[in-house]
Amino acid sequence: MDKSVRKQVRQLTLGAVAMFAFALFVMPPLYNLFCELIGINQEYTQYTAEAVDPVDTSRTVKVQFVATNQATMPWEFYPTVFEVEVHPGERKEVRYFAHNRTRRDMVGQAIPSVIPYQAADYFHKTECFCFNNQPLRAGEQAELPLVFIVDRDLPESVNTITLSYTMFDVTDRVPSPAEWVDPS
Amino acid sequence: MAHGPAKGISRWLFTTNHKDIGTLYLWFSFAMFILGGFFAMVIRAELFEPGMQLVRPEFFNQMTTMHGLVMVFGAIMPAFVGLANWLIPMMIGAPDMALPRMNNLSFWILPPAFLMLAATLFTDAGGPNFGWTFYAPLSTTYAPDTVNYFIFAIHIMGASSIMGSINIVATVLNMRAPGMTLMKMPLFVWTWLITAFLLIAVMPVLAGAVTMMLMDINFGTAFFDAAGGGDPVLFQHIFWFFGHPEVYIMILPAFGVISEIIPTFSRKPLFGYSSMVYATASIAFLSFIVWAHHMFTVGMPVGGELYFMYATMLIAVPTGVKVFNWISTMFKGAISYETPMLFAIAFVILFTLGGFTGLMLSIAPSDIQYHDTYFVVAHFHYVMVAGAVFSMSAAVYYWLPKWTGRMYSEAMGKLHFWVSFIGFNITFFPQHFLGLAGMPRRYADYALQFADWNMVSSIGAFIYGASQLLFLYNVIATIRSGKRVSEPKVWEGANGLEWTLPSPPPYHTFSTPPEVK
Repeated sequence: MDKSVRKQVRQLTLGAVAMFAFALFVMPPLYNLFCELIGINQEYTQYTAEAVDPVDTSRTVKVQFVATNQATMPWEFYPTVFEVEVHPGERKEVRYFAHNRTRRDMVGQAIPSVIPYQAADYFHKTECFCFNNQPLRAGEQAELPLVFIVDRDLPESVNTITLSYTMFDVTDRVPSPAEWVDPS
Repeated sequence: MAHGPAKGISRWLFTTNHKDIGTLYLWFSFAMFILGGFFAMVIRAELFEPGMQLVRPEFFNQMTTMHGLVMVFGAIMPAFVGLANWLIPMMIGAPDMALPRMNNLSFWILPPAFLMLAATLFTDAGGPNFGWTFYAPLSTTYAPDTVNYFIFAIHIMGASSIMGSINIVATVLNMRAPGMTLMKMPLFVWTWLITAFLLIAVMPVLAGAVTMMLMDINFGTAFFDAAGGGDPVLFQHIFWFFGHPEVYIMILPAFGVISEIIPTFSRKPLFGYSSMVYATASIAFLSFIVWAHHMFTVGMPVGGELYFMYATMLIAVPTGVKVFNWISTMFKGAISYETPMLFAIAFVILFTLGGFTGLMLSIAPSDIQYHDTYFVVAHFHYVMVAGAVFSMSAAVYYWLPKWTGRMYSEAMGKLHFWVSFIGFNITFFPQHFLGLAGMPRRYADYALQFADWNMVSSIGAFIYGASQLLFLYNVIATIRSGKRVSEPKVWEGANGLEWTLPSPPPYHTFSTPPEVK
């Protein structure tokens, strides 16, 4: 084989390997970094209860609750109230109901989503069952608390906020959850 | 060392001859074209009437997926690699490809890959059913178990493409005849050189995407799994970072073919040769920075939508340069309408139409309406079928007399052209209407108001499908009993080194390089 051909083949092969590594090791972190920079796709924003200003009683915002199960998740899972009306700045507590109807101990993880997305930055959960995974014994049921505050800076255009939770089965991912408390 | 080919099957299994390997690629891609076409016929037969008639929806999903995968990776890409193998050494005055053994390997790993992919259709789990774009989580969390075979097949196809591309780059850059500078190369060689660089850049990205899928499915990572901190939208970004250059990989060699054929039958040199080269290079560059126009509906920030919209529209400029040059080449030419020229002119018209619908789709706010409808299906079939496939037909009729030393029947060639031209337009033009009226793609059934145009589209598809059997007949009839051509220059208007060789060319050509002035 010609020397220049050999050199070129080496360079091109190296280029291909580099692109493979780029896709595998650079693109995912780059994507996360980019999302962080422009402030999308972030799970939580820092919010402290001390910063709460007086309740803005001039506005009323409707907050709706939705629950979905991931396809293979057999739990019963729904909000105990489907809709509440709150004033911006007001602290509100609601509960979701979860029931593990299977005969095995399972761990669930709820993933929240706020619609419309413009409201996502202004919907603060100060206490949420979605912060941790939720272990339920076979047949066990529980009321899962959620405390939230709608920010006073919520854009004028938003009158209704829908909070949706999808419950995922993460039993296989969590070998020994800290919350397991044996009743015996 | 014998000078002729070996006898029997070992000639094909162990061949390192660029002409043999080109032939293998071309026949393989034609077989895949028929297979993918068969899947398309199942799709159109099911959509002939509303309601479920022939197949179950699960199987319908496998048909749309396999149709796309087989046509993209099995038919169009190998067809152009076949053309490259046959033509590039003859066009640049080289005795063979730079890496003949790797050439053999890159072909022979393809049939097992497709065999493995197609075999999944016969398993209980069924074949891939998540669309040719295999978006996560459809292709990870909700995929059938056979998805691992699909991933392995994609890995093999990628390896084959990368090896083929390295070979082409090494050949073009090192083995040109003395005097053939880069800017004297035929445009087909130029477009393939650029395509090869695109392939080397993005096929590894595809391999990376399926590797991440593989790890998500089998090894507990969560690249694309929201429950584990990943993001399915990341998959779409990675896929289209591969996918958009990929669609140009399938069209740039077609540009090259058309740029060879139109001057021949217009009896004029190509108008604007250097602008053609620069336009091709610009299109290739732009293909890397427009990927997210496939995902305007994922919830990108407005700034992102605007950027991808304008960058996409920019592609119309170099593409417009190319179309302008083809028309200017024909302008005031002594045009004759042999079959390759008919296909080439149809290419220019229909590809431009597909380009216009592409421009419509690039407008982010209106794309939200068109997204994932039959309008998109119509758009990419205008550029992929009337673009890539028509150019392949044109290329086969154009170079078949050179390859075989026999002339095809002009009457039969024209019949093939008109049947496929009419069949193609009956199939895909109504799909624009269906899409604008809101019919979503990839569904096994549809609402009643879409019934009429779907029936028209299905009838067109059967006509177009049948016309390909005509093509097969023409090729076989030419090889077996076509009228012999004696002169090296089969077409009097043709230019290029391949036309200085006898027809058919001997097994080994240009053992001593020709002098290019």
